[in-house]
Amino acid sequence: MLPRFLSPDTADYAATLSIPPLSRRGFVKASGAFALGITLIGRMRAEAAGSPLKEVAGGDATPSLWIAIEPDGTVKITCHRSEMGQQVWTSMAQIVADELEANWEKVEIVQALGHPKYGDQNTDGSRSVRYNFHRLRVAGAAMRTMLETAAAAHWGTTLANCKADQNYVLRPSTGDRLSFGELAAAAGKLEIPAEADVNLKSRDQWRYIGKEIPSLTVPLIVRGQGTFGIDVDRPGMVHAVVAHPPQVFGSVGSVDDAAALAVPGVMQTVQLPTPEAPPLFQPLGGVAVVAMDTWAAIQGRKALNITWQDGPNAGHDSDSYRELLQENTRNPGAVELDRGDTLTALSNAPNKLTAEYYVPNLAHSPMEPVHATAEWDGDTLECWACVQDPQSTRGVLAGFFGIDPDNIKVNATWLGGAFGRKSKPDFVVEAAFIAREVGKPVKVTWTREDDLQHGYYHAVSAQRLEAALDDDGNCRALLHRTAFPSIGSTFNAAADQGAGFELALGASDNPFEVPNLRLEVGKAPPHLRIGWLRSVCNIQPAFAVQSFADAMAHAAGRDPKDYLRDLIGSARIIDPNTEGATYPNYDASLEDYPIETGRLTHVLDKVAKMAKWGRSLPKGHGLGIAVHRAFLSYIATVIEVKVTNDGQLSIPGIWLAMDAGTVVNPRHARAQMEGGTIYGLSNALYGEITAKNGAVVQQNFPDWRLMRMSEAPRAFEVEIIDSTSRPAGIGEPATPPAAPALTNAIFAATGKRIRSLPILGPTGETLNLES
Amino acid sequence: MAITLKINGENTKIDAAPGTPLLWVLRDHLKMTGPKFGCGVGQCGACTVHFNGTPVRSCQLPHDEVGDAEITTIEGKEGKAANAIREAWIAADVPQCGYCQSGQIMAATALLEDNPKPSDDDIDTAMTGNICRCATYMSIRRAIKDAAKTLA
Repeated sequence: MLPRFLSPDTADYAATLSIPPLSRRGFVKASGAFALGITLIGRMRAEAAGSPLKEVAGGDATPSLWIAIEPDGTVKITCHRSEMGQQVWTSMAQIVADELEANWEKVEIVQALGHPKYGDQNTDGSRSVRYNFHRLRVAGAAMRTMLETAAAAHWGTTLANCKADQNYVLRPSTGDRLSFGELAAAAGKLEIPAEADVNLKSRDQWRYIGKEIPSLTVPLIVRGQGTFGIDVDRPGMVHAVVAHPPQVFGSVGSVDDAAALAVPGVMQTVQLPTPEAPPLFQPLGGVAVVAMDTWAAIQGRKALNITWQDGPNAGHDSDSYRELLQENTRNPGAVELDRGDTLTALSNAPNKLTAEYYVPNLAHSPMEPVHATAEWDGDTLECWACVQDPQSTRGVLAGFFGIDPDNIKVNATWLGGAFGRKSKPDFVVEAAFIAREVGKPVKVTWTREDDLQHGYYHAVSAQRLEAALDDDGNCRALLHRTAFPSIGSTFNAAADQGAGFELALGASDNPFEVPNLRLEVGKAPPHLRIGWLRSVCNIQPAFAVQSFADAMAHAAGRDPKDYLRDLIGSARIIDPNTEGATYPNYDASLEDYPIETGRLTHVLDKVAKMAKWGRSLPKGHGLGIAVHRAFLSYIATVIEVKVTNDGQLSIPGIWLAMDAGTVVNPRHARAQMEGGTIYGLSNALYGEITAKNGAVVQQNFPDWRLMRMSEAPRAFEVEIIDSTSRPAGIGEPATPPAAPALTNAIFAATGKRIRSLPILGPTGETLNLES
Repeated sequence: MAITLKINGENTKIDAAPGTPLLWVLRDHLKMTGPKFGCGVGQCGACTVHFNGTPVRSCQLPHDEVGDAEITTIEGKEGKAANAIREAWIAADVPQCGYCQSGQIMAATALLEDNPKPSDDDIDTAMTGNICRCATYMSIRRAIKDAAKTLA
């Protein structure tokens, strides 16, 4: 077993490779470089001569970068993405091992350090499979080809007579076989084939891709094994927690640490620098308490006597900010998308429908708050942390401390949930700063209070929709105005309204086939750190637009599902760029991943069938439906609610149909559909982060509430549409349709229309059924 | 002052400040990192261990009040129910990120030790103190029932 964080590019890696046993065929020469197996030889060749696979679609597919075959046949697959429960260890390994023809029992994962040679390591945006599917297949197939070529040379036959099969290369005509371990050294001396000389398997040959391969992490988890950020331990390590300024850009006026230093186990305090705007990934400042154990540090922090200095966000209050956002959607904003003449159509409409929607700030609240451990050796730094992107973390550290990135190692641990929070490495910089001051390895713990009060929040938003309806209730024009603070404000202090890339998440790609459509964005100056949270800005437009579709159906006196289907209209491909929008399409080309409305109606029809839409329901029950494209996937959700006369709400059943193109692991995709949906429901029912005097009010689970077992639906059916399309996103797209499906169901059950979230809030027990 | 606690069947000497919760003694002093820190206020269940067989929140239990009780963590939990739960968890791939799962498994194991045939309502009652942000609840419910069948 490799040490937990050993990467194949460290010097230590070579030391872990043992001399291979002499083959019974005397094939492998156990001497010199041959003993190192395929990886190192392959790597040396790749670095000396260049690899023909460096430039394949998706990035470097040089086999040695991704695969090491040891003399005993162990297949070590490097995972350069972060494991946070989406089962990326398993999916990456499925792709490589399938093309390689590895025996699954021989597969081990090596977690990569953060390094540019891997290409993109930013494990967010639901794109690990999408970005890596092709190149990892090529890498696996290239190494398979090299193993087969080595076997052919050994037997003195042609490549066509050799076939890799489950960690062996077979020669069917003679019945001979050689193991991957026996072949590794010879294969490693061969030229790396060009992409054109590598044969990828056909779909019907896949052994692992598309199959329900069990997770590689679960057998460790059930024993309490595996290393999360909080579990890192280093020799001589001490523990720290930080008293952060209550406001972003607030600062320490004065500090008296005498009582803190008197707490048994507390060693010292460290004052952190106050950041300047914009927030970026800078630590928030404040005072760190360093102690022998975490508990002592927490007690020490309580004993600090700090006078905080107000900063520029001191006046921020969520109640007045809500009014500002609402006001800014009642007036014209900057036009992001314009089809037809929406304003004229609205002013001439015989019937108009208007509604306003509100979604508060939300916190990621992964079960593991952020943690980082940092250790300096002179000017070199090593960190271990639950980061979604160890590579950008390395860059941020290099910039902050002014040191060469080559002197920094960042190890990604397992992530105890992330949801976007752990792609912001402010906490790693914080740990590194404290460790440098202390002169020892330091682990920084963020408590739940730190997590909730000092996050990078999902943006609060106000939206206003206006529709022109004809005499039959059909929508002839739709005006959608939205105002929310931008993620851009975290990186640019002047960014004071939602940007095109954010509107492209579910707003400017509105699929409705209406002749007049206009999207406007209003001002929203930032006062908190704004970040991306599971499904990002899809949350607010999916809630508003899918709720409004339901309201229009009601106004028209029509079935919500039929009406929604008619709104989406004909099966066609749309391109928001042709109507004025900036539409990055999740960094995918519109040729590879067009916006296909027919796939939306397909999942809509499918989920309606699954849920038996239109069936008669017991009193107090209702069905709600919503459909949304996000992260290039198409998801439709039906939720059944039960509401008692006194407003007790429960969710007996959920049905979901997903079209995410080619799916690598259906079992784990279904888990993400369940998890993504409940994440959205939990936020919709209870989630709200508010600020007073610039400081976040919520502290811990009593006032930041999450759904629990007793609230989980008893029935949750997921259907995955069988597809040969390119793989699309899985981790996030189930979240956006969850909230509107729920509120539409509540309307169906009760006639109560909910346009402002959360539905219940942290302490609410029953729905207020008065309208 | 050093005290001795019985943890996973072994007498273990501990030298931590008075009042230090058992969770931090396990994690920081004994390097038993199976029990997790999720809230520190007894609300999430990630730190669940067994106290004489009963699931408790180790973040709320001062280590110097444990006395003679037997403490069992995920690392040391064995027996028919625990094995059945682990096998069912693996068979269904219950965990996602896994962070809350040692707490979930300790709660589910205690449930089955107490009630080998739990109903959905029994499961809700026993498990609702353990939050899972990944929302593995539906899988947990199925797996507890699968485990119960193997114990029958």
